[in-house]
Amino acid sequence: MKKTYKIEVDCANCANKMELAANQIEGVKTATVNFMAQKMIVEFEDGREPKEVMPQVLKKCQIVAMDCEIFF
Amino acid sequence: MTKKQKKALKRILISAVLMVVLAFLPVEGWLKFVFYMIPYLIIGNDILLRAWKGILNKQVFDENFLMAIATVGAIVLGDYKEGVAVMLFYQVGELFQSYAVGKSRRNISELMDIRPDYANVEVDGELEQVDPDEVEIGTIIVVQPGEKVPIDGIIVEGKSTLNTSALTGESVPRDAVAGDEIISGCINMTGLLKIRTTREFGESTVSKILELVENATSKKSKSENFISKFARYYTPAVCYGALALAVIPPIVRMIFLGLAPGWGDWIYRALTFLVISCPCALVVSVPLSFFAGIGGASSQGILIKGANYLETLAQVKYVVFDKTGTLTQGNFEVNGVHHSTMDEEKILEYAALAECYSSHPISLSLQKAYGKSLDKTRVTEVEEVSGNGVIAKVDGICVAVGNAKLMKKIGAEYVECSHVGTVVHIAVDGVYAGHVLIADAIKENAKEAISGLYKCGVSKTVMLTGDAKKVAEYVAAELGIKEVHVELLPTDKVSIVENLIQKKAEKEKLVFAGDGINDAPVLAIADVGIAMGALGSDAAIEAADVVLMDDDPAKIAKAIKIARKCMRIVYENIYFAMGIKLICLVLGAVGIANMWLAIFADVGVMVLAVLNATRALFVKNL
Repeated sequence: MKKTYKIEVDCANCANKMELAANQIEGVKTATVNFMAQKMIVEFEDGREPKEVMPQVLKKCQIVAMDCEIFF
Repeated sequence: MTKKQKKALKRILISAVLMVVLAFLPVEGWLKFVFYMIPYLIIGNDILLRAWKGILNKQVFDENFLMAIATVGAIVLGDYKEGVAVMLFYQVGELFQSYAVGKSRRNISELMDIRPDYANVEVDGELEQVDPDEVEIGTIIVVQPGEKVPIDGIIVEGKSTLNTSALTGESVPRDAVAGDEIISGCINMTGLLKIRTTREFGESTVSKILELVENATSKKSKSENFISKFARYYTPAVCYGALALAVIPPIVRMIFLGLAPGWGDWIYRALTFLVISCPCALVVSVPLSFFAGIGGASSQGILIKGANYLETLAQVKYVVFDKTGTLTQGNFEVNGVHHSTMDEEKILEYAALAECYSSHPISLSLQKAYGKSLDKTRVTEVEEVSGNGVIAKVDGICVAVGNAKLMKKIGAEYVECSHVGTVVHIAVDGVYAGHVLIADAIKENAKEAISGLYKCGVSKTVMLTGDAKKVAEYVAAELGIKEVHVELLPTDKVSIVENLIQKKAEKEKLVFAGDGINDAPVLAIADVGIAMGALGSDAAIEAADVVLMDDDPAKIAKAIKIARKCMRIVYENIYFAMGIKLICLVLGAVGIANMWLAIFADVGVMVLAVLNATRALFVKNL
């Protein structure tokens, strides 16, 4: 399953860090952060619920890029 | 400006004023320290807080940490002014970056501003504005002059002129009358139109295009991946470099050279290192350039599905075309009437009437060329001669319309045609009356399109077609295409393109341009698949990497030029930003560059790189 989320992140390097962090979360197959469009596209592993995975993605992202926000 | 940006601007102004005042204040010692701490904390409190949080989260090497260490270090060394100034400039840079990036994002989005806000639906004789998402298929919507067509449909009432420039980049308006299909995203210019919708909003052309463009920058190019990888190693490397610079030279001086260690001097140099170490200029300018390039291309009716395709397009050396529908119009038209013994119109009238019961493409083009409505009652005794043509009585006169075999059969002496195409001979009352040439016309600007490709560095063009050899070779010679493959089945096209790809060098990319109707597999295996005239065709938008909204083949050369310009800017930014940073690192290490130069290397380079990146947006006159 693939979903697109609106995000808020200030600097381009933070967006890179978010992408790296999101990809390490269990249940995320691939995550791409598009800084220019302020969007995160997450492909989930089969059978994983976005509702369970996304809070962890946000938590990890906010550790590496403090001011970021993901709307889900 | 957003709220956040306004707040940042206020803090910058206040601390800048305080800095100026402090420069004239004759205070010394600890009082000076206290005074300088006021602007420092005003401007840097958030950075310090974030740096502290970063350390707690074990995320040490971020720019907040670097700035905190560098400025605190400068203050500890007694350079109050520099410590505060570096923080101030860093914040100015951050503000500029957020403003410039936001602004170009908005500019580019405006360029693609084809999203309709509402649809007019007639309820009890009155117009009501509703959300386009809520309009069901089959609803009649009303589009007034000056409004955007919100949903795809068919015109049921009214006529008007449509401005399709937002979709195709084509500035000549199009006429539309009742019965025509109409696609969303056009602007209705002159008359009121009533449209029966044939799709939901989410399935309409305008939604498809917006989705495509918005997602385009998510497909990252090699240069973007390189930069994010580079950034990952660059910052830690510079930090360790700074640490080494602060510790090793003083120790060497002390132990081996017997000199004073000069801690202060070397620590200052190390702090300069830290200021230069932020990779932001690089990291922001590269995706911004791609974003601008994709935005600029879409304003010209060229939709590029990803930054990676822009990169590949810039390296194109081979262009393979499908013939029908790409270089030629794709519909058969009467090209001329030759050796006619009577009026051209008269002969066309006879031919059209004799063929009026047939729906063969040839008879349809005869009828189209005649142009007037046909009175079928004038035609009697229609006899189809299978594979040869038709013999019928028109107004009681025997008319034979067909190929050479038919002429031989009825004993009429015919003249061979010297042109390439399908020849339809006509005999009236047993006597040869001339022939009509029907051919698939070459597109007006196809020739310039090919020469344009050669001009922008394409080394080889190839044409593939299922058509007969004679026709194909004529078209190729006319256009200046050197290699032609004829009488191909769709699977042959795939194997020929595969062959070409295998033979070429890795860095010479191959483009396949087709009309997207039955060449989806070829579009998929080419390095870049370009679908032409894709307005309203989902299959083509789906299969191709680059979509040309109108069917102008000259746009292929334009797309390549846009890609080249964009890549040039990307490399300019990479070399410029890396070069300046490296130079400043060296100068900082030997003690020539001070912190002021370092902050230029960081903020100044970023500003210039962002400004340069926005140049990729201007592609109209390429």
